[in-house]
Amino acid sequence: MMDEIITILKNLHPDVDFETCDTLIDDGILDSFDIVSVIAEISQEFDIKIGAEHIVPENFNSAGALWELVCRLEDED
Amino acid sequence: MQTNILEYLEKTVARVPDKTAYADDRTALTFRQVFERSRSIGSFLHSRGICREPVAVFMKKSPDTVAAFFGTVYGGDFYVPLDEEMPVYRMKLILENTGSRAVICDEKTRTAMEKLDFQGEIFLYSDMIRHGADEEALSEIRDRALDVDPVYVVFTSGSTGVPKGVVACHRSILDYVENLSEVLGFGEHTVFANQSPFYFDACLKELYPTMMFGATTYIVPRSLFMFPVRLVEFLNEHKVNTICWVVSALTMISSFGTFDTVKPEHLKTIAFGSEVFPIRQYHIWKEAVPGAEFFNLYGPTEATGMSCYFKVDREFGLDDVMPVGRPFRNTEILLLDDEDCLADEGEIVIRGTAVTMGYYNNREKTEEAFVQNPLNPCYPEIVYRTGDVGRYNDRGELVFVSRKDYQIKHMGHRIELGEIEVHANSMDEVKMSACIYDIEAAKIVLFYMGTAGAAGIMGYLKERLPRYMLPNRIEQIDRMPFTANGKIDRIALKERIKESK
Repeated sequence: MMDEIITILKNLHPDVDFETCDTLIDDGILDSFDIVSVIAEISQEFDIKIGAEHIVPENFNSAGALWELVCRLEDED
Repeated sequence: MQTNILEYLEKTVARVPDKTAYADDRTALTFRQVFERSRSIGSFLHSRGICREPVAVFMKKSPDTVAAFFGTVYGGDFYVPLDEEMPVYRMKLILENTGSRAVICDEKTRTAMEKLDFQGEIFLYSDMIRHGADEEALSEIRDRALDVDPVYVVFTSGSTGVPKGVVACHRSILDYVENLSEVLGFGEHTVFANQSPFYFDACLKELYPTMMFGATTYIVPRSLFMFPVRLVEFLNEHKVNTICWVVSALTMISSFGTFDTVKPEHLKTIAFGSEVFPIRQYHIWKEAVPGAEFFNLYGPTEATGMSCYFKVDREFGLDDVMPVGRPFRNTEILLLDDEDCLADEGEIVIRGTAVTMGYYNNREKTEEAFVQNPLNPCYPEIVYRTGDVGRYNDRGELVFVSRKDYQIKHMGHRIELGEIEVHANSMDEVKMSACIYDIEAAKIVLFYMGTAGAAGIMGYLKERLPRYMLPNRIEQIDRMPFTANGKIDRIALKERIKESK
């Protein structure tokens, strides 16, 4: 699952090392356009619904944080 | 008759000097502070002999940036906004185009500016506001000012790889701001939330009416546009009643079900523009904020800001097209066919005082778009050819149809796809590239032939293009498809995108 998340992120910014970066929001690497794309693709890929309450900086700062979000949402289903 | 935009500030400061004019999450400036700081900046520029010149303003977006803008006008100059979001290469192109001899910086941007190899003088904002107002100089400058003198130059995408600087004068801004304000019902009690960067004309909608009426503008922190619940909470906290935002900012809020968690409590006026508002998203907004008035706006930077408006006055079904309505007062829209005759469907051509003066230091591009009114052979009269195609619906309302060329609207930004290609092609490892806009997915796709990797191209483009112009996907292909007459076959590339879905 982590691989799919990394692939989605890499498609947006092939030049960023998403395996290690944990300041995607704090350092402005992802912007608002990216967030919209990431949410759309992750929702589709994992068949989950990411509601507005989950769209907070903490969940998008790293690939790991995104992975944890997906896990939480999959458990809810 | 008012002939200078600064008269707004002067009338308002006499009335409500201590009211907050512009605020962000760190600072707030009252009208008195804006007035004193901008007059000090104007006096400083005068003391350095900078007059009737394009002065670049390169500061972190904040209330002080607005004071710097007006400061250049007090100095008899005009402002050229630069921004941290702009890549170094683009800033160089802009400064080359304007030949600015001076730039206003804050502490942080000064460091960035020093790396730019800029030949002119770098003035620190904090020094300039301490200079003090030179009453005599300021009144002398004002006495000589005309309403056809420029106020700013803002840059838009250009297909040759060089951005074009649109020059607007006092007269066109006064015309635009007054007519826009009348339609949208702005007044002293208007509380704006500004979304647009200051290097686009879109921010005129908040910055100028605030000064005109003694209203207040809150500058929304950029990062909030990623986090919809916090964004709506921000609007509520500041009792914002008016927003004029790009469609993508509005749909970001509605499409994630934000209104299940929090609803805007004070919004009365919601204006959107620059691209089509999906009706489904509009319905979600309408239901969440039933008491608000909605306006669809349309217009190019070259006609100062917005030229047409449609006040949403009826229900729209999911298949209906929301019109852009009718022109603002003192603006006329001509629809011209290929023979330059009036038609029911044709290129949107704009006539009126709001048409700007042309592109700075770029006669060739100016003469292509700012042309003699083809319907008037009798005396000189400049109109602006938008390159957009429009038609009238059966109610007589103007409807936007499409673009004539490779210009697109992506997330509210106007982009020439050719400009992206020029930069990609300038890379040694790229033989040829073609940019296609995937309208359905709202994505810019760059196809290329060559030995470069996608990561390398993205890194290269990031140094040259603003963020909103970066491709969303980069795809290597073995052979570029060509049409019979040797042009890149863009239809074949579009098919390729469709097939890969």
